[in-house]
Amino acid sequence: MTDQSSTQPILAADGVPLKKSLSRALRRQKMRALLLISPLLIFVMLTFILPIGNMLFRSVQNDIVSNIMPNTVIALQDWMPDGDTLPDETVFEAAFYDLFVAAKAKEHTKLGTRLNYEQTGISSTFRKSGRGISKPGKALAKDMAGIDKSWSKAATFDALFNARSGGTRSGGADTTLLRAQRDRLNQLKGKDYKGDIGFAPSLEMAMALPMASREYTYWALFMALEKDKDFKKGKVSEAIYVALADDLTNPALADRIAGLTGPDAELIQKTAAAFRDRPRISYTDLMLGVNENWGNPMVWETIKLHSPAYTGGYFLNAVDMRKTLEGPAIQPENKQILIILFQRTLKMSLIITVSCILLGYPVAWLLANLPVRVSNLLMILVLLPFWTSLLVRTSAWKVMLQQQGVINEVLVWLGIVADNNRLEIINNQFGTIVAMTHILLPFMILPMYSVMQTIPPSYMRAAKSLGATNWTAFWRVYFPQSVPGIGAGSILVFILAIGYYITPEIVGGTEGVFISNRIAYHISSSLNWGLAAALGAILLAVVLVLYWAYDKIVGIDNVKLG
Amino acid sequence: MATANENAFVKFDRVQKSYDGETLVVKDLNLELPKGEFLTMLGPSGSGKTTCLMMLAGFETPTHGEILLDGISINNIPPHKRGIGMVFQNYALFPHMTVAENLAFPLEVRNISKSDREAKIMRALDMVEMGSFASRRPAQLSGGQQQRIALARALVFEPELVLMDEPLGALDKQLREKMQFEITNLAHALGITVVYVTHDQTEALTMSDRVAVFNDGRIQQLASPDQLYEEPENSFVAQFIGENNTLHGEIREINKKKAVVQLDSGQLIDCKPVNVNKVGDRTCVSIRPERVEYNQKRMQKGAHTLKAEVLEFIYMGDLFRTRLRVAGNDEFIIKTRNAPDQTRLQPGQEIEIGWLPEDCRALDA
Ligand SMILES: Nc1ncnc2c1ncn2[C@@H]1O[C@H](COP(=O)(O)OP(=O)(O)OP(=O)(O)O)[C@@H](O)[C@H]1O
Ligand SMILES: [Mg+2]
Repeated sequence: MTDQSSTQPILAADGVPLKKSLSRALRRQKMRALLLISPLLIFVMLTFILPIGNMLFRSVQNDIVSNIMPNTVIALQDWMPDGDTLPDETVFEAAFYDLFVAAKAKEHTKLGTRLNYEQTGISSTFRKSGRGISKPGKALAKDMAGIDKSWSKAATFDALFNARSGGTRSGGADTTLLRAQRDRLNQLKGKDYKGDIGFAPSLEMAMALPMASREYTYWALFMALEKDKDFKKGKVSEAIYVALADDLTNPALADRIAGLTGPDAELIQKTAAAFRDRPRISYTDLMLGVNENWGNPMVWETIKLHSPAYTGGYFLNAVDMRKTLEGPAIQPENKQILIILFQRTLKMSLIITVSCILLGYPVAWLLANLPVRVSNLLMILVLLPFWTSLLVRTSAWKVMLQQQGVINEVLVWLGIVADNNRLEIINNQFGTIVAMTHILLPFMILPMYSVMQTIPPSYMRAAKSLGATNWTAFWRVYFPQSVPGIGAGSILVFILAIGYYITPEIVGGTEGVFISNRIAYHISSSLNWGLAAALGAILLAVVLVLYWAYDKIVGIDNVKLG
Repeated sequence: MATANENAFVKFDRVQKSYDGETLVVKDLNLELPKGEFLTMLGPSGSGKTTCLMMLAGFETPTHGEILLDGISINNIPPHKRGIGMVFQNYALFPHMTVAENLAFPLEVRNISKSDREAKIMRALDMVEMGSFASRRPAQLSGGQQQRIALARALVFEPELVLMDEPLGALDKQLREKMQFEITNLAHALGITVVYVTHDQTEALTMSDRVAVFNDGRIQQLASPDQLYEEPENSFVAQFIGENNTLHGEIREINKKKAVVQLDSGQLIDCKPVNVNKVGDRTCVSIRPERVEYNQKRMQKGAHTLKAEVLEFIYMGDLFRTRLRVAGNDEFIIKTRNAPDQTRLQPGQEIEIGWLPEDCRALDA
C-alpha cells in the first residue's frame, strides 16, 4: 500500500495531477513569451535564417543541367567516357532536341554559363549551337514544302496531330504524351503550367510518327502556355521537320505509315515516298554540323560529370579543386586563387585583430581608469567613427594614403621620402590593414572597456602594496583579468574582419582583397552563385570552427561584453 | 604607551589632503605611533579614515605635510617600496590565482627562492588555520576564509607595518568577533604595528591599544579605549562612543574641578568640566546610562538626584533598559543590571534618579 501511494502522482487542489497543471501554467507563460518575441523571430527567420539556408542549399544545388537537358542527362548515363570515344547516337538525338527546345526557350545560355565554370569555352559552344540549331530543320522544311506546300503551314500540323481538331484521326488522344511534354516544359522553365490548350496528340499519329508527334505536342504547349500564341497559325518549329524526317526515314515505322488512312494520310505517304531513298537522319552529324565542338568528348564528359541534381563541385571549386572522372583533382595552376584568398583573409584578419588589440588596449585602459568627465569625452572620440558613414571613412583613407595623398605629401615635404619614390601604402595589403584596423577599432575597445571597468582598482593597489612594481602589478594582476575583454573584442573583430567587403574593395587593390570580395564578384559579376554560396558556406564554417576552438581554449563563459 | 618623538614608528606631521582643491578631506593630521602598537582609526563614513590609510600606503599623496616611517619621510617613496602590508575592505584577492599563488605573489616579486617561499606560505596559511586551502581559488572560499587569506597575504612577507581598511566589514557578527580576536592575537604575537580602520566602535574598543576618533577630517580624540569611553573629551566622542545621555544647559559657575550647569528645564546640577571655559557658555552634559542609579539603596553618597518619569521598560536579559523623561529629555536611557534585588519599573511611574558629579561631564555644545 505504501509503495503504491509513493508512486501515485501528486494532485493539485482541483484533482489534476500536479505535473500536468504545472505544465499547463508554464505553457501559458511560454506562449506569452513566444508571442512577445514573435515579431523578431519572424523577422530573423525571413531575413537571416531563410537566406542562409537558401545560400547553403545553393552551394550544392545543381539541377540546372538535368532541368535544361533532361533527356541528354538520362541518355548519358549509359555512356562511359574514356577520353576519346564520343557518346552514341541516342545521346546526340536527345541533345539535339534538348538543345533546340532550350534555345527556343532562351535557356541554353544559362546552362552554357553554368558549365563554363567547369570547362572554359563551353558557353560559346552553347551560344553558337543555340543560333545554329534550327538550320538543319530549316533545310528539311524547305524540302518538304517542295513536296507539298501545305507543310509550311502550322494548320496542317494541327490537323495531322491534334486528336481534338476535326475528329479525322481515330484511336483517341495520347494523354500520356501530352502530360510528358507538359512536364518537359514545366521542368525547363521552372513553371507549373496546367489547363487545357485545346490540343491533345492523336494516339494513332503518335504510333505512326512518334518523334514528330512528340515535338509537335511540345511545340503546341510551348506556344500556347509560354508564348501565349495561337499554335495553329504561322509556322511550326524547325525541330518538328527534323523529327518528321526522322520518322519518315525510320524503316521500323514504314508499315505504320503505309497503314495510315484518312484525308491527311496521303500527304504523309507522299512525303514518305519522296524521303524513302534518303539515308536515316543522323543526329551525330546534325550536331557536328551545328558546332564541331560537339565532336569533342570533353564536352560530353563535362555535361555528364555535372549532371547530378546535387553536387559537391562548387565546394571543390571553392578550395581550388574540380570534379573529374577520376574524382576530385587540383585545379590547373592558373585557376588557383581561392585558397590563396582564404589564407590571405585569415592572415590579414589576424593582423588586423592584433593591431586592434595593441592600439585599443591602452585606450580602453584609459577609458576605464580616467575620471568620468574625461573618460566620457574620450568615449565620444571612440564612438565618433560610428557616427560617420563607413564609406566616408574608407574614402577618407583613400585620400590619406594614396600616392598624391596627405601622408605622402607630408613625407615628401618633410624630405623623408623622395618625390619620385613615394610610398605605396594603398591598393595593397598595408592599405587594407590600416583602414580596417581603424574601422574595427571601436569593436575591440568597447568590450575591453566594459571588462576593465569591472576590475576594481584595489587589485592593482593590493599588488603594489605587496611589493610589485607598476609593470608587474599590471602584467600579473590587471592584464590576466582583462583577458576576457580581449577575447571578446578579438572574436568580434576577427569575425567582422573575415567577412569584410567594402573596405578591402575600396583600398585593397588586387593584393589586399579578401575572400568576401571574391564572393561578391561571383554574386554580381560572374553570376556563379553556386560557387559564391560554397565560399560563403566555407567562410561560415571557418567562423564556427574558430568560435568552437575559442570556446574550447578560452571558454565562451569567459567572454564578457559588460 | 609613551609616545616620545624619537621612538615614533609612524608619524603624520601636519598632514592635509584635498582631492578637489576646494575642500580638505584631512585637516591638519598629527599622529605618532610606536612600534608594535595596534591603532584604530574610528569615525563615521566620509571622515577621511581611508584617505589617511591610503596616504600611508602611498596610493594618495598628502597635499601638505609629511608622513614619516621609522624616521624617514616616505612622501616620495612609491607604494611597492614601502614594505607595508595591507588588507583591503573587499580583500582584493587576485581571482585568477589560487590561494597559494596569491600568497606567493609578494614573495616572488621579492625574488625569494622557491623553497623559502613554500615554507613561508605554509607558515602563513597555518597561522590563519587555512593550511588545507592552498590550491583553491578565492571564489571557492567563504567570506571569512577569504578574509583570512587576505590577512595571511598581507603578513606573509613579514612587514613591520600592516594596514587594514575595514577588513571585517563584510562578515556576520559572530565571525567578526572571532576574527577580531584572531587579528589582535596575531598582531601581538608577531609584534607588528597595525593601523586599523573601522566605523564599528565595539571593534575599535575591543581590538586596539589606542583609538583615533575621526570626524570631519580631524582626530577628535586619540586615547586608549577605556579613556575614550570613560573620559570623552568632546561631545562628538561622547556621542559616538557607546551610549550616552545628553542634557543641554548653560554654565553658571566654573572652576577646575567643578562646574554648575543650569539645565534648560531650570534644575542646577554639578558636573565635571571638560572642555568648557567660562560662565554663560552653552554646554552638553554627558552621562553614561550605566552610571545612572534609581535604586535608593544603591545610590552612592554625594549623588545628584533628579525627578524622572518612566516612559518605557525593556527587558534585555542581562540588562534592563529604561527610557525616561528627565529634564525635558524624552530619550534619557538608563541601564541596570538584572540583579535579584533590582526592581522592575513600570511605565508612568515617577522615580528619582541619581549619579555622581564625576560621571557627569560638561562638554562643548
Ligand atoms: N578619490 C577621491 N576623489 C575625490 N574625493 C574623494 C576620493 N576618495 C574619497 N573622497 C572623499 O573624501 C572624503 C573622505 O573619504 P574616505 O574614503 O577617506 O572616508 P572614510 O572615512 O574611509 O569613509 P568610510 O567609512 O565610508 O569608508 C569623502 O567625503 C569622500 O567623498
Ligand atoms: Mg573607507
